[in-house]
Amino acid sequence: MRRLTFLVLSLVLLSLIGAGCRQSTPSQDADAFKVGMVFDVGGKGDKSFNDSAYRGLLRIADDFEIEHTEFEPGQDADRETGLRKLAQAGFDVIIGVGFLFSDSMRSVAADYPDVRFACVDFDVRQDEVLPDNLAGLVFREEEGSFLVGVVAGLKSETGRLGFVGGMDVPLIHRFEAGFIAGARYANPAVSVTVGYAGSTPQAFADPAKGKELAMLQYGRGVDIIYHASGNTGIGVIEAARETRKFAIGVDSNQNYMAPGHVLTSMVKRVDNAVYAVILAAYENRFEGGLQEFGLAEDGVSYAMDDYNAGLISDTIVEAVEAAKAGIIAGEIDVPRE
Amino acid sequence: MSLPGASGTTTPAVETVETAGTGRIVSLLAPLVAVLAAFLVGGLVVAAIGESPLEFYSILFRGAFGSVDGVGLVLFNATPLIFAGLAVAFAFRSGLFNIGGEGQLYIGSFVCAWMALQMPAAPAVLLIPLLILASAAGGALWAAIPGYLKARFGVHEVINTIMMNFIAVALTSYLVVEIFKEPGQMTPQTAVIPMAGELPRLAGFFQTIGVPLPNANPLNASFLIALVAVWLAWFILQRTTLGYEIRAVGHNMSAAEYAGINVRRTLVMAMLLSGSFAGLVATNEVMGFRHRFLDNFSSGVGFMGIAVALLGRNSPVGVLFAALLFGVLNTGALEVDIFTEVPRELILVVQAVTIILVVVGNEIVRRRLARGRAMGCPSKEGAEAS
Repeated sequence: MRRLTFLVLSLVLLSLIGAGCRQSTPSQDADAFKVGMVFDVGGKGDKSFNDSAYRGLLRIADDFEIEHTEFEPGQDADRETGLRKLAQAGFDVIIGVGFLFSDSMRSVAADYPDVRFACVDFDVRQDEVLPDNLAGLVFREEEGSFLVGVVAGLKSETGRLGFVGGMDVPLIHRFEAGFIAGARYANPAVSVTVGYAGSTPQAFADPAKGKELAMLQYGRGVDIIYHASGNTGIGVIEAARETRKFAIGVDSNQNYMAPGHVLTSMVKRVDNAVYAVILAAYENRFEGGLQEFGLAEDGVSYAMDDYNAGLISDTIVEAVEAAKAGIIAGEIDVPRE
Repeated sequence: MSLPGASGTTTPAVETVETAGTGRIVSLLAPLVAVLAAFLVGGLVVAAIGESPLEFYSILFRGAFGSVDGVGLVLFNATPLIFAGLAVAFAFRSGLFNIGGEGQLYIGSFVCAWMALQMPAAPAVLLIPLLILASAAGGALWAAIPGYLKARFGVHEVINTIMMNFIAVALTSYLVVEIFKEPGQMTPQTAVIPMAGELPRLAGFFQTIGVPLPNANPLNASFLIALVAVWLAWFILQRTTLGYEIRAVGHNMSAAEYAGINVRRTLVMAMLLSGSFAGLVATNEVMGFRHRFLDNFSSGVGFMGIAVALLGRNSPVGVLFAALLFGVLNTGALEVDIFTEVPRELILVVQAVTIILVVVGNEIVRRRLARGRAMGCPSKEGAEAS
């Protein structure tokens, strides 16, 4: 027993010496421009929303002299505490990824007027005026959804389209409204079947439910389904593969997930928005308030790559590009709900 | 009933700290030694992935004790754990294993927020005591159901409290998403409760006595309620007839019944009180910090309560110190997460190792010392091990 204790103790001492003083914190250099990023539940590595934000951060850290750190709150109260710790530690820009940060951002931004904050998908209140140091980054998802709606309207052979939403909230209604408007714009005779996976955040993480909804719609003659349901959409794409029909991906480019069966993806460029807001702060022209990212700002788009090149004809691409130009020019009015 | 060994007990967890003299020192020393051992092993884990344990711990403790703000966060993080730990410990003492703290705190918190929203004009002197009672009542109601099923039909409370957790989370989720969600918002949470129902933050108080706790620190009066709850739990258990009956039932149900104690009533009462403590988490989460009910806010506080109660050896004062230790770990973990490259999963590993070692080490040290005390009496040792 004593020998064991001795062994353990010496191991500990060795490791203390051996591991030495590997400095893993960002340097304490006061002049460096520092960006902190706090992730949503799901976190880094979700291959979708959070990762997109992280890509934006890495890209700008590459382009300029920027130090950065990221973390994921372990418990709910840590959202606010974590933001505060970053603010105290002298970070210049702090970014919260996800609308769950909205409340914490409001209160921390008020306490640290010299630090600039940005919140992706900010949950803005009616008639709310944001402080100068808080930017709410929101996306015009309906515009991107309109474009994939045009693709679906022109591509569909049965004239029946489907929509599978995740959580039944205004944010997702925007995807639905844009998609339906786009499909009708391309083909006024088209019909759209709509289904939602649920009304709690869990609805974004239920692939089985997604597959069930999709199978139901495909069974009724729907040949293309657009999903806006996070992880749940994996089930929709799976159903498209099984029934040999088409799905349309969302947020990140999901074309690769079932080659030949994912028509395109409505890409939400969280990375571009994050890049833009950090760049603005870096160049000292940061502005608070709500910032919208639509087609004109390259905040949303539709994905074309090797996986879907054979699925979408040049005439469709031309029609989509025409619709895109029309939206940017303000000639096409895209409904939000 | 106050035999030091209590070797007739059926649940080894229902061990009390009633020994005197050296026994008391041992029972204080054992968890301390175990915590130190856990930190050593945690350090090895950190070293194993190539990070410096020295830096890891210095950052962890800097987060917790490096500033007044950090200490305030420790107390804030400990507050819900005190309530959750008391809930588990209290039921343990009657021989019941209440795993339903999580569900009870959700119901307590929802009832608290709902009640507050019903009375937008009530003055603080009325609203605050009422909300505290509502929180406790919500938790008590939720715990009473498995308590009654246990007392009336002998259905095992472990299964029922777990099931009640699922129901509570789903029910509050449904209520807040479908009916009570703040209009025009996506976040699944209720509207803000009236100002009169908010518990004050303690920053102002500490500043007047010269302690520079920043205004933004979330530590609030709920911590004081938690201290009162610790005293109340101790008082009920040690100084009231009901407490005596609860302990008697916990030691030996048949003997208690034979002695004329109404076991069924005692079990239901123990669960009611246990649930009340869990429900009081609402004073911190709803009244003190967030000022609303947020869907899925808890991140497992109710379950952490089990570890807190084990570490605190089911005594109210023990729970207080165990909750403070966990508060230190949680606060330090955030600091480590933000300012080092150590992945947050590793922090969870270190926390889990700490819990296991504390619970196991606690037992080993206690027995080793107990053996030294009661030499030549190995058979008793064996009985205790059961």
